Amino acid sequence: MIRRIALLLVLAGALAASCAAAARSSGTTLNLVAYSTPKPVMSVLIGAYQKTAAGKGVSFTQSYGPSGAQARAIAAGQPADIAFLSTGLDVDTLVDAGLVAANWGHLPYGGIAADSQVVFVVRPGNPKHIGTWSDLIKPGVQVVTPNPFSSGSAKWNILAAYGAMRKAGKTDKQAVGYLKQLFQHVVSQDSSGANAMTTFLSGKGDVVITYESEAIAARETGANIQFVVPNPTMLIQLPMVPLKSSPNYAKATQFIQWLHTTAAQEMLARGGYQPVEKAALQRYRSKFLPKGRMLFRITDKLFGGWRQANKTWFDPNTGRMVAIERSVGGPGG
Amino acid sequence: MRRFLPRVVALGYLLVVLLAPLGMVFYRTFQHGAAPVWTAISSPEAVHAFELTLLVTAIAVPLNTVFGICAAFAIVRRRFPGKGLLNAFIDLPLAISPVVVGLSLYLLYGRTGWFGSWLTAHGIQVLFAWPAIALATVFVSVPFVAREVVPTLRELGDDQEQAARTLGASGWQTFRRVTLPSIRWAVVYGVVLTTARCLGEYGAVAIVSGRVAGKTETMTLLVDDDYQNFDLSGAYAAALVLAAIAVVVLVVMTLTKPKEEAA
Amino acid sequence: MADALGIAAVRPRRAAPRGERLGTSLTLGVVTTFLGIVVVLPIAALVWQSKGQGAHGFWSVVSSPEAVAALELTLGAAVVVALINGVLGTITAWVLVRDSFPGRSLVNAVIDLPFALPTIVAGLTLLALYGPSSPVGVDVAFTRAAVVLALLFVTLPFVVRTVQPVLHELDVEMEEAARSLGAREPTVFRRIVLPNLLPGILSGVALALARAVGEIGAVVIISGNNPYRTEVASVFVMNRIESGDPAGAAAVAVVLLCIAFAILLAIGGLRFLLTRHERA
Repeated sequence: MIRRIALLLVLAGALAASCAAAARSSGTTLNLVAYSTPKPVMSVLIGAYQKTAAGKGVSFTQSYGPSGAQARAIAAGQPADIAFLSTGLDVDTLVDAGLVAANWGHLPYGGIAADSQVVFVVRPGNPKHIGTWSDLIKPGVQVVTPNPFSSGSAKWNILAAYGAMRKAGKTDKQAVGYLKQLFQHVVSQDSSGANAMTTFLSGKGDVVITYESEAIAARETGANIQFVVPNPTMLIQLPMVPLKSSPNYAKATQFIQWLHTTAAQEMLARGGYQPVEKAALQRYRSKFLPKGRMLFRITDKLFGGWRQANKTWFDPNTGRMVAIERSVGGPGG
Repeated sequence: MRRFLPRVVALGYLLVVLLAPLGMVFYRTFQHGAAPVWTAISSPEAVHAFELTLLVTAIAVPLNTVFGICAAFAIVRRRFPGKGLLNAFIDLPLAISPVVVGLSLYLLYGRTGWFGSWLTAHGIQVLFAWPAIALATVFVSVPFVAREVVPTLRELGDDQEQAARTLGASGWQTFRRVTLPSIRWAVVYGVVLTTARCLGEYGAVAIVSGRVAGKTETMTLLVDDDYQNFDLSGAYAAALVLAAIAVVVLVVMTLTKPKEEAA
Repeated sequence: MADALGIAAVRPRRAAPRGERLGTSLTLGVVTTFLGIVVVLPIAALVWQSKGQGAHGFWSVVSSPEAVAALELTLGAAVVVALINGVLGTITAWVLVRDSFPGRSLVNAVIDLPFALPTIVAGLTLLALYGPSSPVGVDVAFTRAAVVLALLFVTLPFVVRTVQPVLHELDVEMEEAARSLGAREPTVFRRIVLPNLLPGILSGVALALARAVGEIGAVVIISGNNPYRTEVASVFVMNRIESGDPAGAAAVAVVLLCIAFAILLAIGGLRFLLTRHERA
């Protein structure tokens, strides 16, 4: 008796699922697969787009998750028309899978939707007076940053730390020495930037290194934090690309084009992201880039672009971070 | 004193490891009142997540129940080579971390996986759709019914079954009319545990579901989603619903398990 | 419980009639097919992937200092947790079966909570309770103790639930007999009760070990995941996947699986030996 009911349940469930799958909306559907935090700002943007002539009748599905995991999912077959990820490295994963054109860097604005920068998030009132990279290695300061092998955010952080040291005149050896010291102060290495932020919010650590956009997003939802922009720091460039494999390639490209209009970029700016479009950037410059601040980029000779930087620093077997992690925690370290 | 010490030790252990965290879930959820909790669990995304979770559970539970009963019967009542091996394989899903489950499903059903090209050629979407979520959930909940029925079958002994056979009942009749009723409560208990496990699965599903809001998010993914977006009250609300279902299920089980309680 | 006293019940072994053998084959066929598709196939894909870089690649990942540290932490913590569970779980089962106090059925029901609660929720609450903002002033977050704590939570039900049924079926008369013959409590426990409980305890311990070795959800939130210090093997595997080395991830995952498999087989065998007297 019970078995019969159970069987009916299974059949009903399967039927419901297939019905749901079969019911497709008329008009185009664009599948957006994005990294974890742009959800609020993308909801606003999508809503605005659907009110324009080009966006009428276009519906969206949205998926948010850790950038690397999302890129791997797309490479493994997740239906996607637009990928909005947090590092160019994750886009290269899609290039290697044959899903994105290898010359995506030649897209308008270099394929970048918006920018951010590496900042320090501290407790209210900044009790430990953390403002510069050297402050991070002051005695007693506890730092939270994600695991550099798994998290895009952590990669930005480490390259930013190294770059800041080199820009301040230190040699390569001294800069690496700084990184070793920094990691001695690291108390938690979560797998993603979002997890690192929640670790910090749960009370651990004096400072978490993260994206400015994440800091602003957290603050908007009432988190009790403030953030400091160190000088110099690294420009974070967030790529949004259409997928070659998408059946709606033209529509996807249209959306991305719209995203680069002044109006859309201003929405991004209000959401905590640095615009890339000239007019919007001009208007919001003072909010994000006060005078006298130095920003360096992944394309600087120091790093040589994502592929080079990733190989040098974050290869799981031969990357420079392997030795640094080992010297901090490993045998004899 | 003889009674007192073990009681204190046991209750203290349970309090620290189990009861206090449970209380914490309730506290954290309702910290800001009941209204945000209701908003969180009645949003369309939450409702859909609930439906998807139930669908997947409705698939996994019957499958694993039938499997568990058959496997338990074979292991306890029959002789065949490789019994220990079968036993170990049944328990193995307990040992596999969900991340590994997700990875292995990618390896099988992903675009470049063992069945990838066949699936793409036939337009069948396994990964990033409900079939993969169901597969992952079935995988992780395999052991529970078998684990409950095996010791019960062992303890019961097969005297009654032998008697039925000598009276002329066939194998199937004996199974249906003697064995099954005698393991009824073990099966119920196992079903309850399986259901709870299905409802709570997160790691493997997070990897294979595609996390498409409103389409392939289960309740546990919703908890994570809210948590990642700093919507802590939303996260705890969804978590509380899951915990509440678990508690209800436990209570139902306690009420329907008469034998064990008559000390 | 004549068997428990060592008096072997003489039961003639009858040859299985044809119908029964057919039924057995059919059942076994269904069971192995299901298990094959659901469990064995994914594991096979995993093993195949771990061979991706060849034996040399396999070994270099598995023997890398970070992997070794993670494996040591995982196994060490799992053993500690299994032992704690073995002792405290048995005591808890004893109290729940033999003792009576108000709220006992509630406590009994709650034992299964770790099975029911999603592991991330468990991790979150443990962090809230025993982490930096702990209301009871206990902060063990981001230490190895946190790993043990998280694992204790998720493995708590195993020993309790495998020992309880045995305790229920245990014949009190044997203990009474021993007491009336002059044996004191510890002796009664050690010589009458414990040998009967041991197979149940062992089953529970094996399951707890297997579970602890693979746990990630609760541990990942509270342990800090610092490589070489508080990173468990499952987190190491996850990081390898995330950094684009699925073969290395599969290698360590396969090692973990082999360990779990070996534990399950070994304890299954031990059970078999211990309960030998119960079979004709």
